[in-house]
This record gives sequence, C-alpha cells and structure tokens, in this order.
Amino acid sequence: MSVLEVEGLAKAYGGVQALGGVSFTVGAGELLALIGPNGAGKSTCFNIVDGQIRPDRGTVRLAGREVTGLPPRRMARLGVGRTFQIAAVFDSLTVLENVQAALIAARRQTFALWRPAATIAREEAQHLLEQTGMADHAGRPASELAYGDVKRLELAMAIASEPLLLLMDEPTAGMAPAERLALIELVKRLTRSRGLAVLFTEHSMDVVFGHADRVVVLAGGQIVASGDVDAIRADPQVRALYLGTGRAAGGRA
Amino acid sequence: MTFDSSLLQSLLFQSVNGFASASGLFLVAAGLSIIFGVTRIVNMAHGSFYMLGLYGAVTLAPRLGAVLGPDLGYWAAVACAALGVAVLGALVEVVLLRRIYGAPELYQLLATFALLLVISDAVLWLWGPEDILGPRAPGLSGAVELLGRNLPRYDVFLALAGPAVLAGLHLLLARSRFGRLIRAATQDREMVAALGINEALLFTAVFALGAGIAGLGGALQMAREPANLAIDLSVLGDAFVVVVVGGMGSIRGAYVAAVLVAQVKALCIALGTVEIGALAFNLSRLTLVAEFLIMALVLVVRPHGLFGRPQAAIPHRGTSEAPLRPLGRPARLALLAGLALLALLPLAEGTFPYAPVLALDMLIAVLFAASLHFIMGPGGMDSFGHAAYFGLGAYGAALAATALGAPTPVALLAGIGVAAAGAVLFGWFCVRLEGVYLAMLTLAFAQIVWSVAFQWEEVTGGSNGLFGVWPDWPFDSRAGLYLAALVLVALALLAIRRMVFAPFGLALRACRDSSLRAEALGIPVARVRWLAFALAGTMCGAAGGLYAFAKGSISPEAISVSRSIDGLVMVLLGGVESLAGPVLGATTLTFLKDNVMRETDYWRALLGALILAVVLVAPGGIAGALRRLRFRAGRAP
Amino acid sequence: MSAPMLEVEGLDAWYGAARILFDLSFEVRRGEAVALIGPNGAGKSTTLKALMGLVRRRARRLVFDGVDIADLPTYRIARLGIGYVPEDRRIFTDLTVAENLDIAARPGAAGGHGPAWSREALFDLFPNLARMQDRRGGAMSGGEQQMLSLARALVSAPQLLVLDEPSEGVAPIIVEQMIDTIGALKASGLSILLSEQNYAVCNSICDRAYVIGQGELRWSGPMASLDEARNHDSASPLD
Repeated sequence: MSVLEVEGLAKAYGGVQALGGVSFTVGAGELLALIGPNGAGKSTCFNIVDGQIRPDRGTVRLAGREVTGLPPRRMARLGVGRTFQIAAVFDSLTVLENVQAALIAARRQTFALWRPAATIAREEAQHLLEQTGMADHAGRPASELAYGDVKRLELAMAIASEPLLLLMDEPTAGMAPAERLALIELVKRLTRSRGLAVLFTEHSMDVVFGHADRVVVLAGGQIVASGDVDAIRADPQVRALYLGTGRAAGGRA
Repeated sequence: MTFDSSLLQSLLFQSVNGFASASGLFLVAAGLSIIFGVTRIVNMAHGSFYMLGLYGAVTLAPRLGAVLGPDLGYWAAVACAALGVAVLGALVEVVLLRRIYGAPELYQLLATFALLLVISDAVLWLWGPEDILGPRAPGLSGAVELLGRNLPRYDVFLALAGPAVLAGLHLLLARSRFGRLIRAATQDREMVAALGINEALLFTAVFALGAGIAGLGGALQMAREPANLAIDLSVLGDAFVVVVVGGMGSIRGAYVAAVLVAQVKALCIALGTVEIGALAFNLSRLTLVAEFLIMALVLVVRPHGLFGRPQAAIPHRGTSEAPLRPLGRPARLALLAGLALLALLPLAEGTFPYAPVLALDMLIAVLFAASLHFIMGPGGMDSFGHAAYFGLGAYGAALAATALGAPTPVALLAGIGVAAAGAVLFGWFCVRLEGVYLAMLTLAFAQIVWSVAFQWEEVTGGSNGLFGVWPDWPFDSRAGLYLAALVLVALALLAIRRMVFAPFGLALRACRDSSLRAEALGIPVARVRWLAFALAGTMCGAAGGLYAFAKGSISPEAISVSRSIDGLVMVLLGGVESLAGPVLGATTLTFLKDNVMRETDYWRALLGALILAVVLVAPGGIAGALRRLRFRAGRAP
Repeated sequence: MSAPMLEVEGLDAWYGAARILFDLSFEVRRGEAVALIGPNGAGKSTTLKALMGLVRRRARRLVFDGVDIADLPTYRIARLGIGYVPEDRRIFTDLTVAENLDIAARPGAAGGHGPAWSREALFDLFPNLARMQDRRGGAMSGGEQQMLSLARALVSAPQLLVLDEPSEGVAPIIVEQMIDTIGALKASGLSILLSEQNYAVCNSICDRAYVIGQGELRWSGPMASLDEARNHDSASPLD
C-alpha cells in the first residue's frame, strides 16, 4: 500500500484552474520529485497535501486513511513532516531546544506547565542531531546558524515525530552547490533507513535527476509526464514545456 | 413594544444622525488606514489630530467670522484647521516618525502614544480644561422636514460629506500618480525608492494627508459637539473598532464599518428601553456593548475584517532574542534573601510610615507588568489592553466584597475568576491576530470593559466607581495586606518562571518565533496562545483585586487606557527580553509616578517624554542596559 | 576600454549588527557585462543593495558616472541611471502591468541619462507584457513577473542595469529566454551588473566575473579564464 495517495485533486482560484485533476502515489522509501514551470500548480498541490489549502475536488489518503482538508497540525499528528522553501526554525531557542520542542509536540506534552522542558527528550534530541550532523551545534542559538545548518536543523525537527511522509518544498533552495547535494544525500539516507516516503519540489535539476526515484511533471495544473528520471529527461514534451535545450541548466556556479 | 409611526420616525431621525456620526468616524479611520498602509505605523495619536482639528476650528471660527462674516468665517475655520493639522502632521513625521520607521512595531505604537499624551497636555495648557462650544453652521442651522420630523440640516450635510470624501479618496488612489505611488509604497517602499521616487517626501505627504483628513473630521464636528479633552482617546477607540471591522488598509471597508458601527449605536438609542417578557433593557445605555458585539461577530466570520486581507507575516522583532537560561544557584539564593528582606519591611513602618504603602503599590504593579510580559515577551503578543483584566479583577473583587459581603480571600478569588473569564472570552478573538491588529483589538476590548464600568451605573457605580472596598481581618492592616500581596506576587512570579521553562513555555516561544513551523510540528498554535492569554489575564486579575483592596475603591479612571500603557512602559522600561525586566520597570515607574509625576498637572507630557526616551535612546530597557554592562565587565581583562 | 562607469573600492556593508561585506572592490566599464558569482549567503545581493543604498554601508570610493554616491539616498542613486531588478522580482502585485511601468516613469524629470525606452520599444522586447497591460502584477506567473521587473527598470532609462539572481526560482526554459533578452540589451549598449549562481547564465552574458565568498572578493578576471579554472583546476576558486 502506498503511503500517500492523491486522487483527482482540483483547485481553482477566482475562476482560474490552478490544479485540474491530479493523481499520483508515493511509496515507503521512495523519493518523488514534483517539477514544473512556475504557476504549474506545484505549490497548490503541495499545500493541499500538507493541509494548508482545501481542494475543490479530489482526495488525499495517508496510509489508506482519508485526510483531505485536515489542518496542518492534524496532518502532523497523523504522520506528515514538512520543511519549507525558506527554512523555518525557532530562532530564540537553542538547536537542542528546537528539536526538543518538536519531540515534545510529537509526544503531546505541550501543555505541561511545571516540569522543566530541558529534562524532556534530551537523548532523543541529541540522537537526531547526530543523525543530521548537527550535534556540535546543540547549545548554540538557532539564530546564529549558517543557512545550510538551519536547513539540516529543520530536517531534524521534521523527522522528530517519526513521520510516514516527508514533504519538502524546494529543499535545496538558497544553498551552495556542494551543500545542495550533501543535503539531498542526507535526505536519501534517512529515507532508506526509516522507510520514509518523500515528496519534494525542486528547481535544481542536478538534485532532481541525481537523486529522485520518480518524477512527476506538472504544467498548467495537469500532469504532463511521470516516470523515472531517464524517461523524464528524454520526454520531448517535458523538454519543450520546462527543461528547454539544457543550455541554462548547465549546473550552478 | 409596539411598532408605531413615532418609532419609525425616531428610527429615521437616528439613522440620519448615525450617518452623520459615521462620516466623522470614517474620516479618522480612513486617515489611520492610509498612514498605516504606507508607513506601517498605527498612529495612536490620530484621535489627537481629530481633537486638534476641533479645537482649532472652534477657536478660529469666531475670529475669522469677525473678519470674513460668520458664513465664510465658519468654512474658512474648518479649512484652516484641517490644513493646520496637516502641516502639524508633516512636522510630526519629519521630527519623530522618521526616527522610528526601523523600530519594532511596539515601539512605534508607544512612540505615537507618547505623542498623544504630549498633545493632550499641550491642549490642556493652551485651551484649559473646560469644554468649548463651537458656533452653529451658517446656512445649515435649520432643519429639513421629513415624515413629520425635523432633521437637522447639518446632520444631513455631514451624512453626505462622508461618502464625498470616500469618493474623493478613491479617485485620488485609483487615478492620480500620487495615488499609484501610495499603493505601490503600501506594498514595497524600498522598491519605490529604488525606482527613483523620493520616498521620504512621499511619506511626509501621506502622513500630512492622513492627519489633515482627521483634522477635517474634527473641524466639521464643531457644530455638533463641544471641544473637550476626552475625545482623543474615545475617537481613537472608535476608529480602531472601525478599522478592525472594515479591514486594515481598506478605505471602502472603513466607510462600511463606520456606517455599521454608527448605525447600530443610533439604533440602540432610537429603540430606547425594550421589554422582553418581564425584563427591560435600556438599549441606549448599551451602545458600547453593541459596538463590541458587531466587532466580535465580524471577527468570527472574517478575522481580518470585512474588506481586509491577511497581512504578510512580519517577523516578531527585528532580531530574535537570545535563548533564555535558567538562573544559577547564587542568583536563586540572592532572590530568596531579597524576598526575606521584603517580608521584614513592615518592621520599618515606624520610621518610614509610607514605606509599606508604596511597597504594596509596587507589588501590584509588578504583578500587573509581569503578567503582561508573559504574553508580550515569550508570547510575542503586544497587548494594548491589559487594563481590561486588571479592571475585571478589581471590579469583581470589589463587587463580591461590597454587594455580596464575601470575605476578602473569597472576594479576591471572585475577582480573579471574573478576570479569567474575561481573558478566556477576549483571548479567543485576540490570539487569532498578530502584530498591530492584535494591539488594536486588545485596546478595543479594554475600551469596552472601561465603557461598561462607566455606563452600567446600577452595578459599577458609573464614573464614581465603587467605594468602601476594605479588606477584613487579618488583611485590614497595612502590614497584613502587604504580606498577603507579597506571598501572592512571589507565587505568581515563580509560576510564570516555571511555565516559561516548561514545555508550555517552550511551545509558546516556538509559536512566537514561527507559527508556520509550530503548526507543521503539530503544536496547536491558537490554543497555546489562548491559554497563555488566559493565564496572563488571570494573574492580572489578581493584581486588580489587590488594587481594589489597597485603595478601598475602584473607578473607571483606574482601568483606562493609560493603565494599559503604563504596563507597556513598565515592561519596556525594564526590558522585554528578560524576565527581570517587568519587575525592574514596574518598581521604577511606580516610584517615579509617586515622587515626580504627582507634583505636576502635566504628568501626561512627562510620561510621554519618558516613553520617547526609552524608545529613542534605550530600547533594551534597564535590564538590557545592565546586561550590556555585565557583558562589558565580562570582556574586560 | 573606456573609463569605468561604476567604481567600488573598499565596500563594507551591514545587516543590522551583522557585517556582511568586507572591503569589496570592483568596477563596471561602459558597455560591459560583469558577473558577481558566489554561493548563497556570500553577499552578492547585499553588494547590490549596498550599491543602491538599501543597506547600511561604507566605502573608500563609491562613484557612479563621475558622481560620488556614497552619501546619496536610494532615490537619487536610481535617478543617476541605475536600473535595479531585485531578487524575488518585487513587482507591485496590486498594481496593473501598465501601472507598474508608470511608477518608474517620472513625468517632467530628466531620465536616467541612458537611452529612453518608448512603450512600443519595450513591448517589442517583451511582447507578453503588451498583451497583459491591464493584468494585476499578482496574477502573473513568476517568469512574466521577472520580465515586468526588467521592463520596469528599463522605463527609468538607465545606463547600468543591476540584476539580482534573475534565474532563481524560474523554469529553465524561461531562463533561456532571459539570457537572450539580457544579451540583446547588452548588445544595445547597456552596461550590466549581474549577480548569479547559475554559471551558464553568467557565461552566456558576461565579459568579466568577480567571485565572492563570505563577503570577500575571492577571484576576479575575464569570464573565459573562470571557465578554464573550472575545467582544469579541481581546487576551483568557487569551492
């Protein structure tokens, strides 16, 4: 059974069809890339799965259970982790506290009023920081981290609740080329070892073609192609609509 | 009640009256909205511009009338007053606002509130405390007969003036280059400058325009209401309700909301006493409650107002706070020693008889400020209406003690309960908003609590308030009440500290830093903030209850906007980034008020100057300054 | 080669208390296209903002077209003839396409000393925009917004176009169109200062490059030799 099943998603804004019946699935341990030109409906699709937007039609199923239209925090509790295009962490907390906050939320201990939070879930938090290579930064304020480290901290927080599905919106946006590949490789390792299903959008084609298991191409709110990376790279329609001749995708400086 | 023709006439009469009032409200709210759109500053002094317009007009009309004749003199006075206020607005923008465009929202709100205080005392100094009546409007002083009722001509004129200004503003914004620049700058002022537009000049022009419209609104009222010193705040409260209901930044919304608010008020007055079964309600006394109900209803359906759009998330503060660290052992021991010393203070009563009284005032202020800091600092919710919960606590305790004869501890608990209920109710609306919207809504709620205390004479004693609220044994001595307060305040501070470091406090700080991330982790952001709001209101209610017993009375004056602002000044004076800040700030301000400000009639101006000093010179407050000193000492070889 | 149009010497810049740029020096000559290359967070955007006076900065020498711009407010710098196309496009989303263009056209004022752009010439270059003059900026796609942002900068008749990461977040096929457009502008004589992470974009347009890392200048030279450095040297100046 697929972790995520999306069926016939449709959404219109003021008469403009942003998404017109999109269906796909993501299985455990699989990295699915959602690509397409701006305005193709990637964000809309993404935000529907994440619960920020309610679709006009269609269903979202998580591990067989219908979850269409549930708000983000309910989605989180049902096993959806998420990272943002502009990484969002808690700046005034230390790196360790950031992960502790995520673990406390996952354990539903948010409303404990007396016991010091510093004592809760310390080891697990430390372990997550080790897995993401952030253990050395544990005591630092998150506001002082370099952007690449913020992204890794965000990843540690997103997987703290042991989600079934990880949603990543342009995970490598704003990172240096070497960092980009390191981050997506880290995601891939975690995916395999934890049996995570990952759905991500991305503009950086070296990341997509280097690491995605499958690719879904959206244009004008419709799926124009889906399949493994070689098939997508060779697809003439995808080249015409999105990839171009390849002269501009010659890698990042 | 019977539906006869006299009621219909009364309704019609009041509805014209309502449209006339709506025009005045609209002019203030529209100016507020335009200024906010471009400068991102909610101008707390906007009611003051309205007031200055009115004072200016009533002063100029007779003088210009003597020269130009009464007809021309009247209208020349209106025009001159509006222009004068516009020029003053330009001056204020150049001298004050330009220094605070980069400051956090809270500082901007406080700085403009300081301006309100200064203008208020300037008006007192220039015009004196008495109301001043304006002349009748020439040519419009008669009445139009409609359905057998005489409608004042001037009201009809005012009712039409609002839509006329609305149309004018709409044309200006849609068709002129100035309007296009305003709309562009509303979205991205930096980009406007990068395209070669002198944005400093644009900001000054916009501020002058907004101030001038408010001044015009005030000046036009001169034939309807006397100029008095209270209108700056009452107009500001109404304008906030209008802006919140209509949606910030929407001129159309401001008009619709102004009409809605004014008409419902007018309807309440027209209906008068309504009997339902055996119960009789005097609706004309409930106009402010009606205003609250409209606002609540709109916000439930549309959190950003009728025509408003969700604002882009603005980071809470320019730079984020340093992580909070628990106190070390030496600091804890020092605190305990300090507490023991405070407990011994009544022994000094012989030498300094006034000491326990001042110390009790300080304790109450500390609790008030610390509860506010809990939602402002870790919660990131800048409340401009914390006086509401102080007032609910004070009135609740006072009523329980006097009307029900409850023993002191029970009465205090009753007060706390009332404050908690109020905070739960108001908090539900407030925590859904952010930034200036939250500030305006909290202030509007506080105005409503104040109005109920003021208007509901049978229960609250109206403007005189409640008397004879004395505690019973063993709290009836200075030392007794002081020690009880000391225990209560110490426990509350301990609870706040524990909560800040508990999972709840961690979640609260997390929600402040990024509500997006918090939601994505499964933290129920609204519920976390709601609980924090309710807890803060509850503790603030305890401060209010203690206050009632300490003074033996409670009146609307003690729970007005100035108390809310005092709380903000205390927190900022002490430093918002530290848990010690509110304690330091509350004791300092209480001491200053007690020793310096009571010596003068112009204490508002003094407080205003103090606020401006904090905002412009020492934004970190006392705790921030101490931290910097310690940091330097630590760095020294 | 003609005299430099833009001379920057010893530029430091800050965001709040954080210092971002350290003693940066570069120049752009008349008719030349220059790339600022470097990873995100290196300080490319800050350099351009510092140039426009949008962040706090200090420089030993900051001269554009013979005028010292170190102490000028942003709008005066723009009026000297610098057309700024910011990161994230920053279109006025509530205004229509036509209104967006009107903002930059200052009636009565002298233009930016560069070639004037009539609406017709502009719409020849961006045929898409001609078709959507009454559309709100917010209703456009990312690529269309990028074109509008570029067109808006041209309306002020600049001598120097300053482009901040025009390829970021845009589909590859749109990037290709953009390369052609910017190339055509360069051919028409405009000077260009381009901040980019996309190496292919720099290579197609620029004559010279400055590589920035952590707020400092790391390398500078002709675009072609950067190309060689990338191909032959494993320790390229970019890592």
